[in-house]
Amino acid sequence: MDFLASLPHLVSWVIFLPAIGALVLLFVPSDNAVRWTSLGVTVLTFLISLGLWAGFDAEALSATGPQLVEQVQWFPGVDITYFVGIDGLNLLLILLTTLLGPIIVLSSWTYIGKQIKGYYALLLILETGVLGVFASFDLFLFYIFFELTLIPMYFIIGIWGGENRIYAAVKFVIYTLFGSLLMLVGVLWLGFAAGDAVNDGVFTTNWYTLVSYSIPLGAQTWLFLLFALAFCIKVPLFPFHTWLPDAHVQAPTGGSVVLAGVLLKMGTYGLVRFCLPFFPNAAQTFAWPIAILALIGIVYGALVAYAQEDAKKLVAYSSVAHLGFVVLGIFAFTTEALQGAMIQMVNHGLSTGALFLIIGMLYERRHTRLMADYGGIAKSVPILTFFMVFSVLASVGLPGLNGFVGEFLILLGTFKSEVIGGWAITLIATTGVIFAAVYLLTMLYKTFYGELDKDSPNATMPDLNAREIGLLLPLAVLMFWLGFGPAPFLEKSERTVNLLLETIETKRIAAIEAEREAVVALPLSADDLP
Amino acid sequence: MEATSVRLILLLPLLGAAINGMMGLFAPAYRKQETIIGAIGTLAVAVPFVLTVLLFLGHDHGAHIVSTYTWMAAGDLSISFDYRVDALSLIMTLIVTGIGALIHLYSMGYMHGDGGYWRFFAYLNLFIFAMLNLVLAENLLVLFLGWEGVGLCSYLLIGYWYTDLKNSAAANKAFIVNRIGDFAFLLAMFLLYQAMTTAGVAPFGLDFTTIFENADVLASGTVALIVLLLFIGATGKSAQIPLFVWLPDAMAGPTPVSALIHAATMVTSGLYLLARLSPVVLEAPGVMMLIAFVGAITAIMAATIAITQNDIKKVLAYSTVSQLGYMFVAAGVGAFFVAIFHVLTHAFFKACLFLGSGSVIHAMHHVEHDLEHKGVLPSSDLPYDGHFDAQDMRTMGGLKNHMPITRWTFLISTLAIAGIPFLAGFFSKDEILFKAFELGYNGATWAFVVWGIGIVTAILTAIYMMRCYMLTFEGRERWPGAMDTKPHESPWTMTVPLVVLAIGAALTGYIGLPPLIAEVLGTESWIHHYLGAEYGGPVAEFKAEHHVPHLTEGILLGVGALIAVVGVWLAWANYRKSGLETDNTIRRRLGAVYTLFANKYFVDEAYDATVVKPITEGSRKGLAPFDQNVVDGTVNGLAKSVSGLSGWWRGMQTGIVQNYALALVLGVVVVVALMIFV
Repeated sequence: MDFLASLPHLVSWVIFLPAIGALVLLFVPSDNAVRWTSLGVTVLTFLISLGLWAGFDAEALSATGPQLVEQVQWFPGVDITYFVGIDGLNLLLILLTTLLGPIIVLSSWTYIGKQIKGYYALLLILETGVLGVFASFDLFLFYIFFELTLIPMYFIIGIWGGENRIYAAVKFVIYTLFGSLLMLVGVLWLGFAAGDAVNDGVFTTNWYTLVSYSIPLGAQTWLFLLFALAFCIKVPLFPFHTWLPDAHVQAPTGGSVVLAGVLLKMGTYGLVRFCLPFFPNAAQTFAWPIAILALIGIVYGALVAYAQEDAKKLVAYSSVAHLGFVVLGIFAFTTEALQGAMIQMVNHGLSTGALFLIIGMLYERRHTRLMADYGGIAKSVPILTFFMVFSVLASVGLPGLNGFVGEFLILLGTFKSEVIGGWAITLIATTGVIFAAVYLLTMLYKTFYGELDKDSPNATMPDLNAREIGLLLPLAVLMFWLGFGPAPFLEKSERTVNLLLETIETKRIAAIEAEREAVVALPLSADDLP
Repeated sequence: MEATSVRLILLLPLLGAAINGMMGLFAPAYRKQETIIGAIGTLAVAVPFVLTVLLFLGHDHGAHIVSTYTWMAAGDLSISFDYRVDALSLIMTLIVTGIGALIHLYSMGYMHGDGGYWRFFAYLNLFIFAMLNLVLAENLLVLFLGWEGVGLCSYLLIGYWYTDLKNSAAANKAFIVNRIGDFAFLLAMFLLYQAMTTAGVAPFGLDFTTIFENADVLASGTVALIVLLLFIGATGKSAQIPLFVWLPDAMAGPTPVSALIHAATMVTSGLYLLARLSPVVLEAPGVMMLIAFVGAITAIMAATIAITQNDIKKVLAYSTVSQLGYMFVAAGVGAFFVAIFHVLTHAFFKACLFLGSGSVIHAMHHVEHDLEHKGVLPSSDLPYDGHFDAQDMRTMGGLKNHMPITRWTFLISTLAIAGIPFLAGFFSKDEILFKAFELGYNGATWAFVVWGIGIVTAILTAIYMMRCYMLTFEGRERWPGAMDTKPHESPWTMTVPLVVLAIGAALTGYIGLPPLIAEVLGTESWIHHYLGAEYGGPVAEFKAEHHVPHLTEGILLGVGALIAVVGVWLAWANYRKSGLETDNTIRRRLGAVYTLFANKYFVDEAYDATVVKPITEGSRKGLAPFDQNVVDGTVNGLAKSVSGLSGWWRGMQTGIVQNYALALVLGVVVVVALMIFV
């Protein structure tokens, strides 16, 4: 893998290879060739992205710039650049995205029956968008990619989705757009203000320049709210979550996997990348309210999941609960919890991705997602059942599989947090481990166990074929690997996370000091005297 | 050498599980190879047993840490897969691999012909792997990995025959109730970590070495809370009030599972945890009192239920709950080594009883098939709508003539659990009662109450176990068509483990002779010397200042022996004379109380009404509609209320990508312009 690391423009290749693939697809004649080309492109992207792992030296990361940097002047006169690179926050998410690429292509192989070329082209553009989001160190570039992901996803749901696809697609776009347009206002204000303060008056969206700017407390509050709203809708945090079940249920399997696997992480990633270091004081002020919303998400998401009869909707609500944990970890401001949140983003992508894939495989066989239509199928499809039970256990947070590592670190770090620590939050959040078992085991119970009706199509449906096993196997291996050996993955982000937390703490104290000095410096008038 | 052995002991069962599991899953032809599957499964446990015996023989009585690799590290946390070899973990490993190997062997016969043979052995091996992690772990998190791992295997094996939804429901119940306990276990770890790291103990790996060395930095309230939380965790795994409800249902699993997981090993994890942390637990006397009372009340409650049960496995299940209660009494009065002693003796006689019941059920299944073949079934003579239930003692009786080995081993174990002198249960149970008495004698009056409950439970134990034996093996043969359909003794794979376990049930008591007898014989209690902290072992204990006089101790021993003999005699005499009628006599005498016992104190019903139903109904009828109508309704309402915009928005839905991109760019331009010029 080391030779890959020395490839020139490695990060850009990783980002744009899928988009180039989408262009190539225009000239590919047959449906089958489209599938194979897409597979080839995504596999190649994944292989090249392994160079990022090899090339990223976590210990050597500096506080002044990412590694494997590429920075090109974009607009003359303003400090907006094409600025991409790798640090501990985005490395694993980028690898998760490139890993899911071929898996999603394979999962759509027979599932997508119409306008195949369009579907795969959009999928590839979507991958480029997501990769760009994670790799950007320029806020403007980030924003472009962030919005770019909306368009392909809109069509993937709207064209290849279920009965109610248009409603779901429009809701998805409007809801997200509503948040991100508000954020745009924040981006622009921040660019000008930071430009005036620390960049010789030149408008800037360079992440490192923006981080170096200590924003006055008053401005922090509303800027934080603008940014946080956009990201919390994306996560989604309760009560902004209702677009998610609709989008998931209507989306084709591939769309659901992208959505759960990586699109939602753009929200949590945004919180870590921007909200925390840009607005540290506001972030800590709002830590409690956000933690409470995350907490509601954990318990409420679980209980609503428990009430569902549609397996896909159940898993969609489980995402609300699981991402509640991630948000909690982000706002605990401890290394343990933030590290837990980072690894949990990957974990959720793997295990929930697998759950959506398997439900998709069932849907392909029986054209229903209602659990009541199944029952006892462990007998007819043992291999599918194995992967399902495995993914459920990972999702439940069984030690030895990936989900546990993240949840444990998040809760451990939240309990000792000086911002939201102690019993109140952690006690309730930990009940999430009980509820997860309740709704997920109930799903297994209703769907896979019981008497298999010999006359129903459940009895005759085929078990997984080689393609399906092949696409689930890497996920299962990683769930096991991250469960028993997460240390090398955690090491990749540890230094970045610590640097980030140090920056936050330094900036937070500096802002308070600055405010105090400003108050002291105010000239006293005679009226103020007693 | 030691490190290699420990690694092999841990990895071989995992390897066995992987081979049988993967081959069975992906190669359907493999599923029929019962001999290969069974041999791999059994050897994957038997070889570790041999290795453990060698370790045990070569052990220098110290604690050795075997380190492997870092599991996870973040901030001050640094957890490694480290294992601890000491007297306590060796005793537990011997039990787990030794009894485990016997039960694997037994399963080769018992599960013969079952379609999921491969799956069964894979789960069983996986269980051993998890259980070994639990008992060998050097830190709480690896212990927790084992702790939840055994819970998973328990879930998989209770629901092993998944085509019957009742079994799957029992499996879910076990997993979820255990998770409630695990929730408390997690909180204990969070609190411990927070308390230790804020006191400057960092990096911290939740490891026992660091915990014992730095326990004094913890405030006494913190220690009490940690112990309390861990104990709540233990009530889940070890089936104590209030979380015992899953264990009786867990009998839905195949009988070898009941013997291994739900009697001999997994359910004793809670005791192991308390014994492992005994130096810390002793710092929380208030919680210890609670532990003793919970144990005592669980013991007597389960014993009263056991008297009323007709399903042979249910009797044994409640008996297990009751015996675990005794062990918690031992822990609660500070006699942790006695708790482990009872874990050991109980492992032998209860595994033997369960496997014996399995042998009986196996035989009764053959009877059932014969009867079906002959067209005798369904029969109106039977309790359940004419259906035959191979586990119902009411349709057994007189089996002693047909299954001599099963009968004798079952009888020995029955007498052992009843506490008949000088079988294993006599020594361990009497030592528990004596320790409770001793604590009372040293000023803790409440301990006399615990002792009293223990005595009453002891007589109940003798009665219900002897009833179980009598109804199964003695008296009239009560199944329909008994004249010409006879059960048969089980194959050697099943009877050999029975004999080995029965020998253990008879003899293992001698490793823990009571002080008085030991003194008379001029020897000492081996297990006390092996485990006890005062002799360099890992298990701390409450040190009595005032010794109970020899005469009193002798009387107590005599009382213990007497109540066991009386209890056994009462059941023997009555059930021999009146058989099943005796149950009716008891029912008449006890009246409403019997109804309470027979319905298991309505605990399940109470939980159903207060917890399960509110959550189920609440989420189905409350939260789900709330989410749809209120949360989402608000969102949609807001969108709609901008009604002027909606028409405009419809115009936007052109479905052409370029338009969207254009809108996006235009939007950006407008906002930029605003920012610059306004």
